[in-house]
Amino acid sequence: MIEFVDVALLILLGITAFSIIRQQNLFAAVMMMGIYSLLSAGLFVVMDAVDVAFTEAAVGAGISTILMLGTLALVGHNEHQPQHRPILPLFVVVLTGAILVYGTLDIPPFGDASNPAHHHVAPHYLEESEHEIGIPNVVTSILASYRGYDTLGETTVIFVALVGVLLLLSLGPRPRRIFSNGRWITVAADDEDPSEKGAGDARVDGVQAPDEVELLRDTDG
Amino acid sequence: MSALGLFNYWAAIFLMMVGFYTLIARGNLIKKIIGLNIFQTSVFILYITMGKITGGTAPIFVEGGRDVVYSNPIPHVLILTAIVVGVATSAVGLSLVIRIKEAYGTIEEDEIEDESL
Repeated sequence: MIEFVDVALLILLGITAFSIIRQQNLFAAVMMMGIYSLLSAGLFVVMDAVDVAFTEAAVGAGISTILMLGTLALVGHNEHQPQHRPILPLFVVVLTGAILVYGTLDIPPFGDASNPAHHHVAPHYLEESEHEIGIPNVVTSILASYRGYDTLGETTVIFVALVGVLLLLSLGPRPRRIFSNGRWITVAADDEDPSEKGAGDARVDGVQAPDEVELLRDTDG
Repeated sequence: MSALGLFNYWAAIFLMMVGFYTLIARGNLIKKIIGLNIFQTSVFILYITMGKITGGTAPIFVEGGRDVVYSNPIPHVLILTAIVVGVATSAVGLSLVIRIKEAYGTIEEDEIEDESL
């Protein structure tokens, strides 16, 4: 039964990914990205990774989609037809894929409890963490205690990303919308327009920046 | 579960190559970020597959259970970190796209190259 669900979810993921890259309308592609994230969250539940599934459903299917939709609202959602023929990229991708498949032939079989990955520190965490940390969820014990520095580093990465987004979106000259000759037009940041003085709050207000700040803070946990 | 053999790994590689192709073949910057996200998720699937043990359950202690098999929690922890970092990087990428749109008026790679000549 688990095998069936696993194979079905993986095939659905493949179909979704394939239709995402064929989709010219970026809005539809972003919505399918949400479906893709949700399917992978389902796959993680089948693979016993409930914490990962929870995070993927909230962050991957939720916040990522909102960030992309916010961006699409600002940059438009139509992709141009690619002009060059994709022979070279296709060749590179098929070659890389073939090498990776060749590499998997040495990987120990799926689900075997004697795989090397399960024999280093994992047994220690599973046997001792209930006494050492006292939390029933082993993933939480490792995340917050045994590998607490990893989580600290992750928080640093989020902080740096937040600073980067803020700098990119809030500093420097931005194009403005001004009211001229009876209609709204967009002018580049360094263009001087005499009619600008009359149009008091003609600047594009930075709606995007506060949004992203809030969303990034939500991912801290 | 051993009947599956290497299917999960091959599916992860297929998804990874779909993402990789989008990243190098498409000129639209948003499409590139979407490809990057597909690529990321395939890596998550690869790691989580490695942590699964046949007949195991989620690594949350069962009350009074002595003979319970738990799946390996370490890949789960690594991927939890990776998901959050992935969203942070795509947020930075998307804000770069917004700035590029403001500066060049387009998010298609070849048109940006034309304009900067």
